[in-house]
Amino acid sequence: MERFDIAVIGSGPGGMSAAAHAAELGLSHVLLEGSPKHSNTIQKYQKGKHVMATPTKLPLRSPLDFAEGTREYILDKWEEGMTSTNTNIQYGSEVTGIDGAKGDFTITLANGSKVGAKSIILGIGVQGNPRKLPCPGAELEHVQYQLDDPDEYNGERIAIVGAGDAAIENAVGLAGQNKVCIINRRDEFARAKQGNLDLITSSISDGKIECFYEANPARIEENPSDESRYVFVLSTPTGEVPVPIDRIIARLGAIPPRKLVESFGIEFPNDSPAALPELSSQYESNVPGMYVIGALGGYPLIKQAMNQGYEVVEYIQGNDIEPADHPLFVEAFDGLPYDKSVDEILEYLQNSSPIYNGINPLNFREFILDSKVSKRAPGDELCVNGEFTNSFFVVIDGNAFVKLPGVGEFHFNRGDFFGEQSLISGRRRTATVYAGDDCVVVETPRRSMVKLINSVDSVKRVLDEAFILRALHSKFTPNTAHAELAEVVANTELRTFDANQDIYTEGEEGDEVHLIRIGSVTSVKQSNNKEVITSYMPVGHYFGETGVLGHGVRTDTVRANVRTETICLSKDSFVTLMDKEPGLQNEIQSHIRDRLTVEARMEAQPKGGELMSFLMGEGLGEGTDVLLIDETLCVGCDNCEKACAETHDGNSRLNREAGASFADVHVPISCRHCEHPHCMKDCPPDAIHRASDGEVFIDQEACIGCGNCVRNCPYDVISLQKNPAPKPTLLHWLMTGKGPGPGGKEYADGETIKKAVKCDACKDNAGGAACVRACPTGAAMRLNPKEFVDLVGSRFGS
Amino acid sequence: MYQSILNFKRARYLWVALALSIVSIAAYWWHQPVGLPNGGTWLGYTLGTVGAMLIVWLLLLGMRKRSYRSNMGTVQGWTSAHVYLGTALLLVGTLHAGFQFGANVHTLAYVLMVVVIVSGFFGIFVYMRYPNLMTYNRSGDTLDGLLEKIHKVDDRSRRIANTPNLSRLVESAIDGCQIGGSWWQQLSGSGRSIMSVPFAMDPDAQEKAQSNKDHKLVIDVLANRLSQLGGGEEAGAVTSLLANFAAKQTLLRRIRRDVQIRAILKIWLYFHVPLSFGLLAALIAHVVVVFFYW
Repeated sequence: MERFDIAVIGSGPGGMSAAAHAAELGLSHVLLEGSPKHSNTIQKYQKGKHVMATPTKLPLRSPLDFAEGTREYILDKWEEGMTSTNTNIQYGSEVTGIDGAKGDFTITLANGSKVGAKSIILGIGVQGNPRKLPCPGAELEHVQYQLDDPDEYNGERIAIVGAGDAAIENAVGLAGQNKVCIINRRDEFARAKQGNLDLITSSISDGKIECFYEANPARIEENPSDESRYVFVLSTPTGEVPVPIDRIIARLGAIPPRKLVESFGIEFPNDSPAALPELSSQYESNVPGMYVIGALGGYPLIKQAMNQGYEVVEYIQGNDIEPADHPLFVEAFDGLPYDKSVDEILEYLQNSSPIYNGINPLNFREFILDSKVSKRAPGDELCVNGEFTNSFFVVIDGNAFVKLPGVGEFHFNRGDFFGEQSLISGRRRTATVYAGDDCVVVETPRRSMVKLINSVDSVKRVLDEAFILRALHSKFTPNTAHAELAEVVANTELRTFDANQDIYTEGEEGDEVHLIRIGSVTSVKQSNNKEVITSYMPVGHYFGETGVLGHGVRTDTVRANVRTETICLSKDSFVTLMDKEPGLQNEIQSHIRDRLTVEARMEAQPKGGELMSFLMGEGLGEGTDVLLIDETLCVGCDNCEKACAETHDGNSRLNREAGASFADVHVPISCRHCEHPHCMKDCPPDAIHRASDGEVFIDQEACIGCGNCVRNCPYDVISLQKNPAPKPTLLHWLMTGKGPGPGGKEYADGETIKKAVKCDACKDNAGGAACVRACPTGAAMRLNPKEFVDLVGSRFGS
Repeated sequence: MYQSILNFKRARYLWVALALSIVSIAAYWWHQPVGLPNGGTWLGYTLGTVGAMLIVWLLLLGMRKRSYRSNMGTVQGWTSAHVYLGTALLLVGTLHAGFQFGANVHTLAYVLMVVVIVSGFFGIFVYMRYPNLMTYNRSGDTLDGLLEKIHKVDDRSRRIANTPNLSRLVESAIDGCQIGGSWWQQLSGSGRSIMSVPFAMDPDAQEKAQSNKDHKLVIDVLANRLSQLGGGEEAGAVTSLLANFAAKQTLLRRIRRDVQIRAILKIWLYFHVPLSFGLLAALIAHVVVVFFYW
């Protein structure tokens, strides 16, 4: 067994940088890579893709070069760097297990051989290894687990195994110039996106692709007759079927690396899929001598990972160098009233609030780098009532306050926090908070908070408690002191419902009251054996109160439109709240009256209920600003698309004609600015934000064009686009006819950088959205889902 | 919310236009010029100035529509005002002329103005009526979606055709199918589809290209062929092809109707806009002539 001082597992940017630095220092090292190429994730990018080098301010610290450029350029540079430093990389060395302890680890490889190491650096990313075919022959030469470029294959017989989006896209991409069959374990394609489902079912019915349903791979054999390379034997309900085949592409998903990592002894704080392993400030895991860098440790950007690779080797050598981001902290802390070093300030910040208690120092460092620490002048507005911002504040020194009508000022002192309502619910701010005397606050953007909530249980608990207390207080008992609500808060429960799940159904017994904190619901009633949607309720609304005040039988069905979380109050708790607040009972009664009026109106218009169901079915229930087109007015001039393109660098972010219609209401393909935007879920440079008026937009400077948001958006409203060349002015175009006119576009030669673009609801235009303003007939309109009831009323008016 | 250009903001520009009209009529009725009413009196000049300014402003809609960053009202508001004030112009212009017409540049400007306004009326009519018809005709599909369906039907027909003659027939019908075409073809809603019938199926036609309007010919030929065959594989194929071409016929009718409606929604602008520029030119000539050569 060969032994090394340092074994690096995974040759991504972080792993390569670490190994190259070890090589540069002349240390005994090995870089183990499971696949035949380095940088798997980046290899999978499409050809010629432009890779960004964000964050631009962060200096690069690595023996390998990295500057923004094409995928090929960057991969070549790394290849050169590894050669010139004599990095010892071993391809095809998939790691299956690690035993031993610091100073004497034994790494077991898939081929059974073993490697010894004193320290281990894990840089295996989060993509995971592709699931292998569970049958003999899975390792044959022409059995592959990814497809880079469908055009590389011509005239072959290819079997695709799998029924997900990747399998379908590969099958359809290859079907034009190859004979393709797809092997589906089940009798339908249930996991695929709607668009892909349509593609594959039509390709199968048109005979372009053959599909074997309920078929499992039994074995792959070399074909003795030379007619095809292999015979792929499938086991089907009617027996074994041999299929002559030249190539097999299995798209069975990836095995998340967490299980493997846990088998090495590394612990995760909880079961959340987003949880990160706990690391020291020197990237060391709970297993001494085993270090974690890059995306697996929560750092998805290439430059961060490369810097960590360099630093971790230094740490292993016992050199306590300052991390590469040190100068960024010096800059960030400039102007704070503290005469302390960076590390001392970090410690001071972390000790300020109990909410920071459970965070490990490395995560806290990253957290503060993402946040903004600043001293604010007395009277400054930190967050403004009605705005859509969603950052989170912790008071470090001095105080901040809200003005409560009739009660006076409520102060937040050192360690107190605010902003959790908008953060959790995705809705507007519910109060304006002002800076008080000597106010120093940490303002953290949504993404960093979400990351923290997912990885540190105590943060979630503290935030939820505060959320419930403040939500109940502002909704039901604004005149009661917080302390008096402690008992009620302790007796509440947070309930989570999936999209389309019934929270309760008409006719059943029940007397709990729900206050919506995430998502939205619709109330449904049975009318002439048909379901009619009678109302839509977003965050901040409550329902179920008729159960408490009435006879305890539900008079309607309440259904979650999207994943919804409610604060659930028992009858006793609700009665306690009514006892504490004398006016509450009257208020609730008038609330019930209002709702019944709306419900009666909707019940009288069953067509309206169908329209409402259609709008909810299109996913508009989670939107905040939805573009709809009245088909009775639309003349199809596409001035909306032209206006969009003209005001957004030449690329329209809406497709008027595409999309579904019902009762003359058309839902074009256009962003609906979701409460909890799917696009924000996995943006490596955190380039997607929500403006103060609620517009979800992509910061074009920060976007690296990775396409994650394009894939994550269920409504297909984001696309990767090149920037067209600038246009002549209208007058110039009219006079000379040169260049593209209104609505047209041209690209400059050599323009290759693609970035994600989507609707920003014209947030920078004081007049509002250009599409609506430019519609000559008034067919285009933008609505908040709350206004759907009015829309229905105007359609089927009573 | 959800209002047409006619009742934009409770038809506010209807009231503006009505006010302008009433003031103009009242002034015309009250004014007693020396001789017959004409453009040369003070009221004539006033109405002329108002009319000329209206014409220039009405023309500016084309610029406002393309000023996508403009925050000066909405395009819908402008269009609504355009419609009502344009209608009022008919009255203002007529009163300005004092009902005096002749064979001269002044009357040319007047006639152009009337033609432009009348073409605008047609525009309002189609804008009010055709969007509904278009939605109804497409019944939830898009033009691209319908064209895609045609491709699929064609692919299926190609696969079904199981004799050389059937293949040639199918191929010829598919090749000769035309959608869109000239303005006239688009407006009339009839594509100029042609095809040739294989000799074995119709010896009289000599394989010459014939009209396959509304896909009637191909359906007839297939129906004939079916009556000649007494079962067998080819009969099966012909039956399926008949069903396919019938489906294609329905799709084509919807597509042609869609193309027709789109054309109607656009065609009037091809008169309205150039004629308004003609009007502008005639207006300038009219003003210059009045001031320099009267």
